[in-house]
Amino acid sequence: MNYSMKIKPDTVRVGLKPTPFIDRLRPLNKFESLAYWQGYWSPADFGNPEREYFAIRNTTSVFDLSPMTKYRIKGPQAEAFLQRLMTRNIAKLKPGRVAYTVWCNDEGKVIDDGTLFRLGPQEFRLCCQEHQLFWLLTSAAGFDVSIHDETDEVCGLSLQGPTSYSVLRALGLAAVETLKPFELRDFSFGPGSIMVSRTGFTGDLGYELWCAPGQALPLWDALQSAGRDFGGVEPIGSTALDMARIEAGFIGAHLDFMPADQAVRAGRAASPFELNLEWLVDFNKGHFTGRAALLAEQKAGSKRCLVAVDIEGNKPANHALIYHRKKTEVGHISSGIWSPTAKRNIGLAMLQMPYGKSITSDLWAEIYVMRELKWEKRMAKCTIVKAPFFEPARRRATPPGAY
Amino acid sequence: MSYSHIVIGAGHNGLTCAAYLAKSGAKVLVLEARSQPGGAAATEEIAPGYRVSSCAHLLYQLHPRIMLDLALDRHGLEFSAKNITTTVLAGDGAALTMLDGKATGNISEKDAQNWPIFWARMKKIARHLQPMLLMSPPRLAGRDLSQNLDLLKLGWSIRSLGREDMREFLRIAAMNVYDLAADYFDSPLIKVRISADAVLGTTLGPRSPGSVLSLLYKLTGALNGVQGAMALPKGGMGAVSGALLRAGAVRGVDLRLGQRVRRIIVADGKASGVETDTGEIIEAANVISNADIAKTMVSMVGAQHIDAGFQRDVSKIRSKGATAKLNLALSALPNFTGADAQALAGRLLLTESIEQIELAFNPAKYGQWSKHPLLEVVIPSVTDPALAPAGHHVLSAIVQYAPYQVESGWASQREPFQRDVMAHLEHFAPGIGASVVGTDLKTPADLEAQFGLPGGHWHHGELAIDQLLMLRPVAGAARYATPVENLFLCGAGCHPGGGVMGAAGYNAARAVLAKRQAA
Ligand SMILES: Cc1cc2nc3c(=O)[nH]c(=O)nc-3n(C[C@H](O)[C@H](O)[C@H](O)COP(=O)(O)OP(=O)(O)OC[C@H]3O[C@@H](n4cnc5c(N)ncnc54)[C@H](O)[C@@H]3O)c2cc1C
Repeated sequence: MNYSMKIKPDTVRVGLKPTPFIDRLRPLNKFESLAYWQGYWSPADFGNPEREYFAIRNTTSVFDLSPMTKYRIKGPQAEAFLQRLMTRNIAKLKPGRVAYTVWCNDEGKVIDDGTLFRLGPQEFRLCCQEHQLFWLLTSAAGFDVSIHDETDEVCGLSLQGPTSYSVLRALGLAAVETLKPFELRDFSFGPGSIMVSRTGFTGDLGYELWCAPGQALPLWDALQSAGRDFGGVEPIGSTALDMARIEAGFIGAHLDFMPADQAVRAGRAASPFELNLEWLVDFNKGHFTGRAALLAEQKAGSKRCLVAVDIEGNKPANHALIYHRKKTEVGHISSGIWSPTAKRNIGLAMLQMPYGKSITSDLWAEIYVMRELKWEKRMAKCTIVKAPFFEPARRRATPPGAY
Repeated sequence: MSYSHIVIGAGHNGLTCAAYLAKSGAKVLVLEARSQPGGAAATEEIAPGYRVSSCAHLLYQLHPRIMLDLALDRHGLEFSAKNITTTVLAGDGAALTMLDGKATGNISEKDAQNWPIFWARMKKIARHLQPMLLMSPPRLAGRDLSQNLDLLKLGWSIRSLGREDMREFLRIAAMNVYDLAADYFDSPLIKVRISADAVLGTTLGPRSPGSVLSLLYKLTGALNGVQGAMALPKGGMGAVSGALLRAGAVRGVDLRLGQRVRRIIVADGKASGVETDTGEIIEAANVISNADIAKTMVSMVGAQHIDAGFQRDVSKIRSKGATAKLNLALSALPNFTGADAQALAGRLLLTESIEQIELAFNPAKYGQWSKHPLLEVVIPSVTDPALAPAGHHVLSAIVQYAPYQVESGWASQREPFQRDVMAHLEHFAPGIGASVVGTDLKTPADLEAQFGLPGGHWHHGELAIDQLLMLRPVAGAARYATPVENLFLCGAGCHPGGGVMGAAGYNAARAVLAKRQAA
């Protein structure tokens, strides 16, 4: 037996991994402001996150999605495999549609969330934040299914904002107005085609464009020209995107939940119920990993709950502890911002039950603000509200408005 | 006919479980894939007129409680020898014969005096672990009353070892048997005896950590009131299964042979019956599997009905055996160098030293069989002449170490393996080859194919610290119930483990019945 392994020098990568769009994005990233995303070169902002945020809500923003982890899942038992993996009923997902879903470990705790694209009866793409190959392959044992990491073979741009439809029309995508939310379709572009899905992480009108790396730069350039008459297509980083996603009430891994397979401390991982995602759990579809645990949790009651809160004042409450009657610590804000669009101080909060369900009043966020090198503590009243904080009708309208 | 309980597999544990269930009023059907009941506790004809135990050949662990409850003596269990000697033969004439605390032969005076003290001490420790056999392993969290009582009993039992022996137990529990033997003895053949009992049937060498536990496990057995006694059932090991079968049959247990269960029917997380290879569907409110957990949960239930992490745990159980079985039909009583007539009526351990046992283990780690394996031999026809034609004999040998997987596969390697084993045997019993009139050699691959033993493993899963108690067969199924409601396990892969003991079957029946009471 030979255990030696030779590493060729040119296979060892040093530093961040480029995405196919880096040649356009790097010159614009004047402050070299980057965010960590699975080792890829990924901008946190392009110098002015507020401005980038307003592009999401007022014109069109473009975000490089290429680092998104993508798996191609196909085979005669692809659906059966995903039924066992996911909490959602995948049999109901038709080819040409996309579903947001979570998957759990045996204890019914969320490993990650993501979007599942049904490309055909036996073919899917799973997009998610964390690397999942180990869990996918573990779950695939006993199923006639193949799983392939295609992260580097498919690059993506997220085009979000009220004028995004107009931009795509100007790009020449035929009949793109008929694309409904969570629908996907191939469109011819240049010598080949791109896939467009009406999906996004902003809660606004928006699309995600997927293509082969060879088409990346032509697509980028074409979008820039197509956007010229519509207030431009503004490159954005993850900071602006994060603001939009909080307004939309979407959760993030490592922010609002700890991926169960990475959580080391007992009790840190969260169930779909605790994340307010019971609508993603279908107990009637047959077995799935975590089903028994979730049934038991449903019976016994969850320990925590994620709620949307409106916080008094205008000081962002990110990570603030929450107290009941200003005395008993009952949770914390997992994501909090001043929402420029809702003009409210908003947050997602993880509370220990019964707080958040039967006890919903007299909750206070402990916010620390630095004022001229001095910390001041504010107790700001929290009101539990319904997410999303911002939900424009244009998000769902089909055909979308030609702003 | 409708059944309340279906037991998949008529191994001795399945039969024990079925008999106990029937005893409390259940209507039980046992479905067995083979044409013969008993699983690895069976007797077979290897040549016309020559009958011998297929796999297990010595009885030392059958639980007294089960013998008594099911009145196995009344159902035909007899012994041709009740407390046989163990003789270690070095091959060069050196021999050491032991019966309980007595050791005579090639042993130093110091070791001969020390042996009864050591053996009594090991037996005492093992005796205090006995309560563990008939209890469900403790739950990792949230115990119920009956469990607390069980634990209390066990705790009390271990405490009552007394300070010195308890300290010794804690010292040796995770130790290897090579070091233990060296702690107490110098004489090579006594060390062989101690380590052979620890490694036979396992994929451990004398120097593998945890091998002492395996020795203590064996010593928890007490047959006919004598702890550590080894007996030969009259008619071979099939006699035990036969008695269990009759004990069940009189209580209404039905057995169908040649019926392999292909699928356990599961809907909404609950088992409701089985489908056999012929496509027949048989319904029952409870299904209990004597097969190993991987086969039960992955092949019969199916991945789509179980959690992925559980499936991974189940599939990772270490169950690659390293034990083969050689059965011979002989025209004459073989002549083992150094063995007298009494020795031939008992158990023979063939090897010269504990080091040689460890050396024999080495090739098995790398896909090869040992050319000088440890052999455990009995010639049951000496005390049970009916097993062979007059004046002829059957010999039963456990061949330790031959791995489950060999380079280039067993299909082509069986012949050379057999030649090597016979040559090795010839070294200890010159002339034996000439008297062979029939041979049946079972490699671990054969044991798996013929008996369904996963990896050909004697215990359905290695008996090692990480696969014991609440980790046996895996956490989440350690108390006989599986994550699939109404589906239980009762085989050797469960606590406490393999060997012809019946404890797993007994405990499983108790778990099934407890569920009924709770409902
Ligand atoms: C070579 C060898 C020597 C041994 N020597 C000794 C010894 O001397 N003393 C001792 O005490 N122990 C010995 N053992 C160990 C002992 O034989 C086993 O641990 C014990 O017999 C296991 O019993 P069981 O009932 O749990 O399982 P098994 O005996 O394995 O029975 C399981 C049964 O289930 C059946 N089955 C499996 N799948 C299906 C299905 N899908 N449908 C229907 N039926 C199915 C199988 O055919 C089998 O009959 C030995 C083992 C081996 C392999």
